Amino acid sequence: MKRLSWRAGISAALILIAFVFLVPSVTQELPAWWSGVLPKDKIHLGLDLQGGVHLILEVEVKKAVESYLERVVEDLKPDLRKSKIRVLDLKRRGIDGIEITLAPDQEAKDLETLLGTTYPSFKLETGVRDEKGKAYFLSLIEQERTQIYKMAADQALETIRNRVDQFGVTEPDIRPQAGYRILIQLPGVKDPKRAIDLIGKTARLEFKLVDEENSLEDALKGNLPAGSEILQETAVDRKTGRKTTVPYLLKKRSPLTGESITDARVQLDNQMGEPYVSLAFDSRGARVFERITGDNVGKRLAIVLDDKVYSAPVIRDKISGGKAQITGAFSMDDAKDLAIVLRAGALPAPVKILEERTVGPSLGKDSIDQGFTSMVIGLSIILILVAVYYRLSGIIADAVLLLNIPFILGGLALFGATLTLPGIAGVILSIAMSVDANVLIYERIREELRLGKPARAAMEAGFARAFVTILDSNLTTVIAGLVLLQFGTGPVKGFAVTLIIGLVSNVLTAVFMARIVFDYLYVIKRWKTISI
Amino acid sequence: MEIFKTKLNLDFVGKRYLAFAISGICILATVVLLVARGGPNYGVDFAGGVVVQVKLEKKHTPAEIRDALKGTELEDSIIQEFGEKTAFEYLIRVTNPDIRAAGLGEKAQQALSAKLGEKVDIRQVEMVGPQVGEELRKKALYAIFYAMLMMAVYISGRFEQKWLMSAVMAGSLIAASSFAAILGVGVMWLIFVALAVSIALCWFMKLKYAMGAIVSLMHDVFVVIGAFALTDREVSLSTVAALLTIVGYSLNDNIVVFDRIRENLGRLRKMPFMEIINVSINETLSRTILTGTTTLIVLVVLLVFGGPVIHDFAFALLIGVLTGTYSSIFVASPILLLWEGKTLQTGKNSKPQG
Repeated sequence: MKRLSWRAGISAALILIAFVFLVPSVTQELPAWWSGVLPKDKIHLGLDLQGGVHLILEVEVKKAVESYLERVVEDLKPDLRKSKIRVLDLKRRGIDGIEITLAPDQEAKDLETLLGTTYPSFKLETGVRDEKGKAYFLSLIEQERTQIYKMAADQALETIRNRVDQFGVTEPDIRPQAGYRILIQLPGVKDPKRAIDLIGKTARLEFKLVDEENSLEDALKGNLPAGSEILQETAVDRKTGRKTTVPYLLKKRSPLTGESITDARVQLDNQMGEPYVSLAFDSRGARVFERITGDNVGKRLAIVLDDKVYSAPVIRDKISGGKAQITGAFSMDDAKDLAIVLRAGALPAPVKILEERTVGPSLGKDSIDQGFTSMVIGLSIILILVAVYYRLSGIIADAVLLLNIPFILGGLALFGATLTLPGIAGVILSIAMSVDANVLIYERIREELRLGKPARAAMEAGFARAFVTILDSNLTTVIAGLVLLQFGTGPVKGFAVTLIIGLVSNVLTAVFMARIVFDYLYVIKRWKTISI
Repeated sequence: MEIFKTKLNLDFVGKRYLAFAISGICILATVVLLVARGGPNYGVDFAGGVVVQVKLEKKHTPAEIRDALKGTELEDSIIQEFGEKTAFEYLIRVTNPDIRAAGLGEKAQQALSAKLGEKVDIRQVEMVGPQVGEELRKKALYAIFYAMLMMAVYISGRFEQKWLMSAVMAGSLIAASSFAAILGVGVMWLIFVALAVSIALCWFMKLKYAMGAIVSLMHDVFVVIGAFALTDREVSLSTVAALLTIVGYSLNDNIVVFDRIRENLGRLRKMPFMEIINVSINETLSRTILTGTTTLIVLVVLLVFGGPVIHDFAFALLIGVLTGTYSSIFVASPILLLWEGKTLQTGKNSKPQG
């Protein structure tokens, strides 16, 4: 029978393909002859099985707009002066725009011209006129604001990718999500806290001069001089572990920021053996640094990261050559992470952790063991049950049931899907449901036999009648699986994928492949009785 | 080997009022339980908050652990034993959804190993912000709703060739629900209204198979949620995955019976509809029992050997398979009879075949 050999050939080919896709997952090292065309990808294990960190971050894009507006306020000041526009007050209002109060005798016309030429992102709106002056409002155009949101989110994604790459995680998964969010999955991370700190740090580095004209004591009492601010340094005593905070009065304006850094590396102090971070500036940064240090010899320059003072050394001499160093009581890991974030650059806006799931490696291993044990036990019971209940036909069913395993696992490798703990449950469950397909066919064959049909006719009618039902029932479960796939995250998605692959493989094995064996026995070999 | 040697003729449909009563009581009990508790017992996935799972070296009382956590963000936590007694695993749970500190696992580890003086293994940390919890809850409800709706469409199409009508029903429901979502109606209410509307539409369009399926699927989902409330289990993301699988499984069961009813309708033209349903259930009974049993065996194995992480998931599936099997016999099929007396009057006075 020609068609039978064709079908057998197709089945053999499919089984072979499934095993080929399985090879990379089961062997430690691929053999040398394994050519480039053949698949190389292992089945990915989900975070719940191999341990790791899952994070969802939200980029606080509104903060990016705030700092953009702050920058514009700073830029406006000299521009207004140049255009001889007299201004009483200039300040940011939330994320909407900038409030500007003109002197009472100042015409708005010049302001309009200035805005039209230099600040096209703003629309000038007239505000109330109060006794002091004429209030105007520079409203940030909506489109522009969305653009800033988008850029901040994109840049944050890029920066975080950079940081994770330099931190050294194998197969990280970092992708943008709706609502300016970033999904981060770091499988196999040993030190989750360090990874999360590294990713979540804004890392805005600023150099600020210490305000030595005003007294810190006064400022602490509440008389904060205009243009200055108080920031803290947190020092940890190495021996006692006690934390002390030291306040500093600093000039608000930062002449030099982390943007000018081209390189940051960990180095060891020759005398103490303590790690520190050395920085290299780009040419503009080097010039600025030279100027600041040259102009302020004898004063102190504070190095501020995310509004925390790291150190505030006294400038001994003009520093040229564009190099600087950050010292502090660092551990080696701290210094390494600081160097990474400085190299990768600052986040354009702070990020907020919306969701964090960390699975320790020990739990992952236990889950694999338990999942595997239940799979072996469950499967053995089913196989015995089916063989006892349906005799020879049951053994045929067992053989095609077992084929589901390479098909499901091979399918996972083929689609680059992830195997999770619920996914293992999905494998077990879909095998249980594949029993259903066999049961439907065999019960049907028994009914036909009871009606007195001969073996071949009963077998053919059983397969034909059961097929519609099998297709309907599997399709509806596939629908449930597809909905799960749309909705699911992480482990749930893994479950949906294995369930869908499992159901497809069900129909393939129970209907198509089992039929080949039956056709061979009852059509070619013309067996007269069915052992069922 | 066979379960039933002789041809069966059990009167399942005749017991339908008893079955409706039992199902009604189960659903009512679920509703009462949920109302009494003020909603399902949402886990960290949906309620937001933090759960830290730790493994210690010896037994401690919750109070000891809470004492050891003094001074950390976790001091106001609820401590529960988790899994087997001999594993010494504990869940440290903070329900305050505003908690936002990263690295809580590390802090718990430091505090516990310092105060208890033993090795502390942080097995798992889950932190879900309130915003994400809320979103996940919405998504989960929608997922269950859409899964049921799509299946109803599929069934009406396959069994009654009413693809167009069921597509119209689905389309209008989706449009109505997205419109209501824009207006900001609570998702919970939205789903309830949508389901009520689907049942009403099924009734008027005489999509009886779809109606049987939807009612029995709702029945199963309710019973499982009720079982969770009764045993004080948490509804988490994996529970939703389990619910959707149950929806799939239960429908699978319904379809096998429906398929047989459809086939017998063509074969036994003269038999009253009620009889046909009974015959069909009887004919498929050994399959129903066999498949149900193998699936249950697998799930019991998973429940016993699968470990604590998958325990609730396996439990949900176990209850679901039980109620799914029950509902396909006692709920889905008898519902087809609701139209009896209106449409199938003609068949009644003829003598049955056989």
